[in-house]
Amino acid sequence: MTLKLAVPSKGRMMEQCAEWFAARGVTLTRTGAEREYSGAVEGAEGVDLVLLSAGEIPRELAAGRVHLGVTGTDLVRETLARWESRVEPLAGLGFGQADLVIAVPDAWVDVETLDDLDMVAADFRAAHGHRLRIATKYHRLVREFLREHGVADYRLVDSQGATEGTVRNLTAEAIADITSTGETLRANHLKVLADGLVLKSEATLYRARNAPLEPADDRAMAGLLDTLGVG
Amino acid sequence: MRPPRAETRAEAARLVARFEAAGARGVDCGILQPADTLLDLYGEDIRARVYTTHDPLRGEQMLRPDFTVPVVQMHMAEGAEPARYTYAGEVFRRQEDDPERASEYIQVGYEVFDRADPAGAEAEVFALFSEALAPLSLRAATGDIGILTAAVQGLKTTERRKAALLRHIWRPRRFRQLIERFAGRAPVPPARLALLNDPDPMAHAGPMIGLRSEEEILARIAALKEDAAAPPLAPEEVEGLDAVLAVRDACPAAEERLRAIARDLPAIAPAVERLAARLEALARRGVDVARLDFEASYGRTSMEYYDGFVFGFYAEGRDLPPVASGGRYDALTRQLGQGAEIPAVGGVIRPGLTLALGGAA
Repeated sequence: MTLKLAVPSKGRMMEQCAEWFAARGVTLTRTGAEREYSGAVEGAEGVDLVLLSAGEIPRELAAGRVHLGVTGTDLVRETLARWESRVEPLAGLGFGQADLVIAVPDAWVDVETLDDLDMVAADFRAAHGHRLRIATKYHRLVREFLREHGVADYRLVDSQGATEGTVRNLTAEAIADITSTGETLRANHLKVLADGLVLKSEATLYRARNAPLEPADDRAMAGLLDTLGVG
Repeated sequence: MRPPRAETRAEAARLVARFEAAGARGVDCGILQPADTLLDLYGEDIRARVYTTHDPLRGEQMLRPDFTVPVVQMHMAEGAEPARYTYAGEVFRRQEDDPERASEYIQVGYEVFDRADPAGAEAEVFALFSEALAPLSLRAATGDIGILTAAVQGLKTTERRKAALLRHIWRPRRFRQLIERFAGRAPVPPARLALLNDPDPMAHAGPMIGLRSEEEILARIAALKEDAAAPPLAPEEVEGLDAVLAVRDACPAAEERLRAIARDLPAIAPAVERLAARLEALARRGVDVARLDFEASYGRTSMEYYDGFVFGFYAEGRDLPPVASGGRYDALTRQLGQGAEIPAVGGVIRPGLTLALGGAA
């Protein structure tokens, strides 16, 4: 199996990723037709480029089907149980920064902290007959965070997009979502809890811990990491 | 390491036969359980420990993590009292942290629903387990969540504070945080002070969105003001709670210690009497209580629905989960019974573990 490097297949994340590698003398290019997901690596020997959705890269790394991959910290921590035993972060790439935060309506002037959220959840359940709903797509991260901080009587509802709108649409009372500038939160009349930072995320180069390599590929890996100045 | 399934089943059948001989009726229940019931009881945290599955008609279902909930439901729907049940079957536990832990194993249970003699029922369950497990030389641990609950209920403070503490009995860290705050030992956050002193807190609130109404927000602010005006917990009361939580000794010494604490904290006296009655009942059943450990904070982190007597049996020096565990769960029957309730006590044994350790009696 040749050394495989997985990078996000589209969008801003892909462009910034290509820029980061280019700045270190490694060119990632698309081959074939514009919409075809295949690519090539120039400036490093014996490396195959794999274009994947950023959300699938953690899984591919964990399964050992790719040896190196660029994806967000948030996706790795959400997708992989015991992530440290399965992937090794080699370098933060300095882009794709985003915070996973817990946010509640601005109008909740009595809620500033997780402690408030927990108390409100108890009152809310008593008043409405159901648990306070938090909309998110980061179920594992948010659940672990809230357990660690002793928040009870909430329920997570799945939201794969437009999460900031769920409160206004009455499908959730609070949200847990990724934000970089906080603008979308503010526009939707939501505020971040003072201690509501679940995770700081950034695009990161990961190495798979359980991906077998032939001796020749081992050398390719060493060569690439040396060129990139990481590892 | 794990014994073959057929042998585990045979071990389970021996335990069930033993429990039937003690007067229990064999029962069974579905592997798929409605997710809502379990989520409402245990909260969202249970998703980390339970397999959730889904079908388009019934919605979310969970693979049973234990038999307690379905057995209680069955009993409350149709059972005559008093009743004793036994069962054996697979339970399923999702493992996120420890790949060595089994995600599917057989449990044998014994549950008693009896209003007449709570101490007797507790002693009956413990003694039955103790006899069945006798050949394995396990260490038994016991505790009583009811003593801590009584201590909280007896605090001279607002009902709202007591309710907050009772809600977090099973989360020791959060419980401690609340105690510190109610005792006036934790600083009040500046944002909270500003809110309490704001004559018109809703002036800059922004538009009302979501289900939580302005009335609810104003009601909580009123409650926060009331709380700020309430005197802190007296230092003696906090010391009393700490003293209760620190009790850890052989049962007779623990009882004596709790009686001493009860002189300053009379609210726990009835719970201590229940402990005393239980110890007598255990002794009558031949349990050597002088050598039985009691720990007042035992069962606070791992046994969420138990609210009185709790126990566990452990293989010392082996990295194994508890071989058996159980306790009293009256509150669970109250929640599932929607008004109805029945005192209930029971426990489970893992025949896969008893077999690996040499086999139960």
